[in-house]
Amino acid sequence: MAEASYPEDLKYHQEHDWARVDGDEATFGVTWYAQDALGEVVFFDPPEVGSTVSKDEAYAEVESVKAVSDVFAPLSGEILEVNDALEDAPENINADPYGDGWLVKIKLTDAAEVDSLMDSASYQELLKSGS
Amino acid sequence: MPPPAADTLRRTPLFDRHERAGARLVPFAGWEMPVQYEGIRQEHVAVRTGAGVFDVSHMGEIETSGPEAEDFLQRVLSNDVTKIAERGAQYSVLCREDGGVLDDLFTYRLPDRFLTVTNAANHEKDLAWFQQQSTEFDVEVHDAHADYAMLAVQGPEARGVVAGLADGELPPRMRTADLQLAGVGCLVCGTGYTGEDGVELLIPPEGATTVWDALGVTPVGLGARDTLRLEVCFHLYGNDLSEDRNPIEAGLGWCCKLDTGFIGADALREVEPEQALVPFVFTGAGIPRQGNPIAGGGVVTSGTFSPCLETGIGMGYVPLGLSEPGTSIEVDVRGKLRPAEVRKKPLYEKEPASG
Repeated sequence: MAEASYPEDLKYHQEHDWARVDGDEATFGVTWYAQDALGEVVFFDPPEVGSTVSKDEAYAEVESVKAVSDVFAPLSGEILEVNDALEDAPENINADPYGDGWLVKIKLTDAAEVDSLMDSASYQELLKSGS
Repeated sequence: MPPPAADTLRRTPLFDRHERAGARLVPFAGWEMPVQYEGIRQEHVAVRTGAGVFDVSHMGEIETSGPEAEDFLQRVLSNDVTKIAERGAQYSVLCREDGGVLDDLFTYRLPDRFLTVTNAANHEKDLAWFQQQSTEFDVEVHDAHADYAMLAVQGPEARGVVAGLADGELPPRMRTADLQLAGVGCLVCGTGYTGEDGVELLIPPEGATTVWDALGVTPVGLGARDTLRLEVCFHLYGNDLSEDRNPIEAGLGWCCKLDTGFIGADALREVEPEQALVPFVFTGAGIPRQGNPIAGGGVVTSGTFSPCLETGIGMGYVPLGLSEPGTSIEVDVRGKLRPAEVRKKPLYEKEPASG
């Protein structure tokens, strides 16, 4: 499993999700902290392409051997693409949470929502405070 | 030292070994126990292919001795206690008068006493039941929980590892022996909860770290203990067994010898099973979890991802009409109906039977 890292170019949500914003699109995933807390991911249940997700609401599930966890949307939008490779290799979420372990791509419905997310430093402060 | 507060989690003699090994420690039945070290899948595979050691010191022990010890156990335990060989082991359930299951237990016949291993969460309840039922018998019931640490060493290489520390021959399956392991006097039992060969060790608490260190095999947490037992369809009390379930529907009629007159036998004789506990595998995506409904009127009692079969597996109670191996069923996993198939026990076999 990779070392703890929180890339500077991502935006973070308090439910331990990240967003990589690119114009009016964004890619979502779970943070290093989230995958470490979950343990080895053995199943990702993706949403359907074309469905909508709402900021702060659960849109998918990831499961370890022992437990299931909701994945929360850091931003609102419409699902453009899901990471189909995770069907056969859900462990990518552990091995490369910010790369091959990405979960979905969305088209943003409200770009202003981005301002409410944390940067890497703020998110790491949140982790240190024990939330 | 003052006694710990009531809300303090108890720790086994191996607690610092778990911390040092990087274990994730969780509350379990009042104990602070390792759920995993490196990862459930790696630990699971270590036991299936090599050897692993579990600290199961949270499990309880009750010792029964005296002239009527066998008669007493014949009364409280469901199996035929008279059939336990000298130094032998036997599985049974502890029933209430109405047949509800209080616990499932292994009992060992030792030269001077019987030793019964309880589930951690049930130990106090079992002990109270033993004491309550023992008043008519000339027996001594002793709470031996504090007398032992317990390790399970399991896997195809487990016996070899333990034999290398022992001053004598290991007992065969379902037998026990008193041996020195790394200089520590242990009760070595040819039993386990993984479907692999191996032994369970009852050790004086002060000798537990010596034996643990000498074993030097992969530590395995309670997470993999659960996946290992579920692959071979061993019951877990609190999931697959409870006071609200009878052992007949749980598939444990084989260890309920009604003619021995044990407590609950009369009630079980009247049971007309309506459901059966069956193992199943998911034939598509998803992972079953305890409490998921099964379409047609059933419920999942244990569910997980199987590291060996690499799919969702579980056990659950279903109406008899759905209980035959090969029956297609659907499990409602948080609103999604997932296809599954009822199978025979065990779900995982080292050398799969043909067909």
